[in-house]
Amino acid sequence: MTPIGLRERVLGRWRWMAAEPGSASWYFKRDRLAVFSLIVLAILIMMAVLAPLITPYPEQGRGSPSIMDKLKPPSLEHPMGTDPLGRDLFARVLFGARTALIAGFSIQLISVLLGTALGAIAGYFGGIVDETIMRVTDVFLAFPPLLLAMTIAAVLKPSLVNSVIAISITWWPWYARIARAQAVSVRERDYVRAAVGIGVGDRMIIIRHILPNLMTPILIQATLDLGAAILTVSALSFVGLGVPPPTADWGAMISEGRIYIQNGRWWVPTFPGLALFITIMASNLLGDGIQVVANPQLRRGSQ
Amino acid sequence: MSPASAQPLLAIDDLHISFPTPRGELRAVRGISFQVEPGEIFGIVGESGCGKTVTGRSILGLVPQPGRISGGRIMFQGSDLTAMSQAELRHLRGNRIAMIFQDPSAALNPLFTIGQQLLGIMKRHDPGKRAGHLDAAVSLLADLGLPQPESLLDSYPHQLSGGMQQRAMIAMALAAEPDLIVADEPTTALDVTIQAQILDLLVALKEKRGVTIVFITHDLGVVAETCDHVAVFYLGQIVEQGTAREIFKAPRHPYTQGLLAALPSPDAGQDALKVIPGSVGDMVGDGVGCAFAPRCEFRMPHCDRQTPTLMPLGGQQQAACFLYDEIGEGT
Amino acid sequence: MSGDTLIDIRGLTVEYKTSAGLLGSRSQRTRVLEDFSLQLERGATLGVVGESGCGKSTLANSMMRFVEPIAGQIFFEGRDILALDRRELRGQRRQMQIVFQNPFSSLNPRLRVKTIVAEPLITHLDLTPAQLEERIIELLSEVGLNEAFMRRFPHELSGGQAQRVALARAVALNPKLLILDEPTSALDVSVQAQIVNLLGKLQRDHQLTYLFISHSLALVQHISDYIAVLYLGEVVEYGRQADITRAPRHPYTRALFSSTPQPDPESGRERIILEGTVPSPKDPPGGCRFHTRCPQVMELCRHKKPKAHATEAGHWATCHLLDAELESLQGVDAS
Repeated sequence: MTPIGLRERVLGRWRWMAAEPGSASWYFKRDRLAVFSLIVLAILIMMAVLAPLITPYPEQGRGSPSIMDKLKPPSLEHPMGTDPLGRDLFARVLFGARTALIAGFSIQLISVLLGTALGAIAGYFGGIVDETIMRVTDVFLAFPPLLLAMTIAAVLKPSLVNSVIAISITWWPWYARIARAQAVSVRERDYVRAAVGIGVGDRMIIIRHILPNLMTPILIQATLDLGAAILTVSALSFVGLGVPPPTADWGAMISEGRIYIQNGRWWVPTFPGLALFITIMASNLLGDGIQVVANPQLRRGSQ
Repeated sequence: MSPASAQPLLAIDDLHISFPTPRGELRAVRGISFQVEPGEIFGIVGESGCGKTVTGRSILGLVPQPGRISGGRIMFQGSDLTAMSQAELRHLRGNRIAMIFQDPSAALNPLFTIGQQLLGIMKRHDPGKRAGHLDAAVSLLADLGLPQPESLLDSYPHQLSGGMQQRAMIAMALAAEPDLIVADEPTTALDVTIQAQILDLLVALKEKRGVTIVFITHDLGVVAETCDHVAVFYLGQIVEQGTAREIFKAPRHPYTQGLLAALPSPDAGQDALKVIPGSVGDMVGDGVGCAFAPRCEFRMPHCDRQTPTLMPLGGQQQAACFLYDEIGEGT
Repeated sequence: MSGDTLIDIRGLTVEYKTSAGLLGSRSQRTRVLEDFSLQLERGATLGVVGESGCGKSTLANSMMRFVEPIAGQIFFEGRDILALDRRELRGQRRQMQIVFQNPFSSLNPRLRVKTIVAEPLITHLDLTPAQLEERIIELLSEVGLNEAFMRRFPHELSGGQAQRVALARAVALNPKLLILDEPTSALDVSVQAQIVNLLGKLQRDHQLTYLFISHSLALVQHISDYIAVLYLGEVVEYGRQADITRAPRHPYTRALFSSTPQPDPESGRERIILEGTVPSPKDPPGGCRFHTRCPQVMELCRHKKPKAHATEAGHWATCHLLDAELESLQGVDAS
């Protein structure tokens, strides 16, 4: 009875306007903050990848001490000064970016894959499968993520891999929830029913029809959460349950450096803190930008 | 003051509305002119994308962003709507022009009872008397064929059926005693038996209360049963207009003829329906030539070069088609 | 009905559970179809017409087994499809396809037309890529689209084109039955005519049987060989299209006819306007389900369910007015 959706009716013959392939990027480009964030993140990734070529002290970045140069203030030679072991802080921050980005992206990748798969299965099949998966999810969601991650990390041996595992375990249920909610709505759409009517198997329906149509909100959330993941890695390192020395890690650097702020060596914790701040801000703003592009109702500001 | 009968209630003169798009200017309405007399139901009929909804909304000063009126005038009771400020338009919408939508839930606030919403409008419109409003609301609902109006005033919109919601929305549109109601597909979402009730109601309102209605729809049957005058829209232009009687008895524009022939009817049996080939064209571009020419079975060479204007065909009927050029010139 | 019955629905009953209250404590059952029976003749079109809540979409969904009825049988060439297990059902699905109302929501927005039309072929047949492509082109041309459409996404199509793609997908496996659930309701008049004509052509070319569901009586009359008029989960009238058009026997059918707006201001026919709305299927009225709105309601109708009265041509209706007619024919005095 209801004719084509309201949006189609209002747009009528001009549906293509909303569907114009260029229009999504057209809106994104108008969001200067998001474009700026994307550039910042790209530069960060470049710097992390090329760290050994950028700094003249790659060995110090990896952890070799140079005790003669300890706690020097920022200068031309050491733009961010040096740490208590005499290592060039700029080199440490660069190598810390490697840790942060590898850990952040790994956590997001593992959580999104695991959470989306379980959520899509729960939402598509419903019934007992849904109940089982979602109750397990609820159990994980009942603990504060940071506390749970700290507990798991304390049980495992402190290492980069283990902190990624610990955080991923607390992280995936959020994606499972989003994925399930989406899958429940996608499952009822006519194109999924058409596929069921053709006789397509459940596995192919999930892969071909459900997953591609629930990825948009997941990817937005994953971008928004990248900063939080990096922050959690740093938090684990801050309390000594994360990446062990001598690997550079922003959280550990802030933790170790915080006592020096009292006797005027402000640069020791400040620069890793600044790096952490910039990374988290950039990923949040980028997430916001993508959300606006994907969800036309939020576009009002960009008219 | 000129005599009221000589002046149309609404006169649209060479209206243009356009939307900027990444592909260029989209000209949704391309030089439309028509007049609505007080106390009539004026039908605007056309397929999706013909500009009928935007035209309707422009009468209330509600052209959706980022569209704009790029030319022409909308004269309502002698004053030009296109020259009015937002505040003036708001006042006009609250008091003299009202709108009825296809989807009643768009117009009814789910958090307030029908009574609260109805009395709110009445108070704003006529703040003087207070006690009288309740009686007026009850009699208005009763007029609209709503059973037990008193208890209805205490109902929330979700407690009503689709047809009742539609009536409640019509009551809200009538509450401020407007001079003009713009109804955009008011019965499209309803079942046929409910649609028949609502159409009957609108005709009765016209006859009893002298309400003037601009009725926008895609359904030719609905137009034929309710409207006095009709304008057929195609790609932002009026291709034919006249009284409903003239147009449905003897449609002259090939598009109107095609639309009527495309309707299924029980008498035709299972023969193939007559089809208008192709689909509605593009709204971007300068639009030289007749917009319908690419789909027209009577297409002539000069249809592509010149844009036909409405030509008189006797009576009140006019069609924008070169087939009738000679009749118009009387040669 | 003649011996060549493709579909025989017997005693179909479908319930929806709606839960209300905290933790679904007050779960309610709504019978959308109750003891519903209907037959489809092979190669013919059965039009099913009725207003919202009459159960016409539930009928389609039960036949496709998108919902599981709680009682009844649906025989497809003598085989009860409600009794099939998952594997048998997947095979059976080749024989019957559904086309939905909104062509845009029935096409996956992330897939190209080529992939959409290929899906049934890949699922059931073992074709080489070249054969697949050839078959897709063939199917598209059958529904009036050329090769160039293969690379398009659904949002790059008009409503009519999208519905053509949905039809190409539906006939890809040469099914015997097509369920058409309001296939033209979302389309403009001129496009509706194109799709209706295309449906006629496909039926002739593939010897298809159609179950055509619509709220538009005019459209159903145009397209159908047989018509079933539904009201609140029951068939109130059934017969050949010509019989129902010439002499509708149920008051509801007559009201539907007269409510349908005609593009002829001089038709001068008398309009029957039904009062009120369709009662909720959660709490259907007793006796004849139509009695709350029937312009010719009698005392009897409020508590006694009417029986079906059939003519020799198989045109039947369930109405107490026909009891009276019958009695007067037999010369019995109705006291």
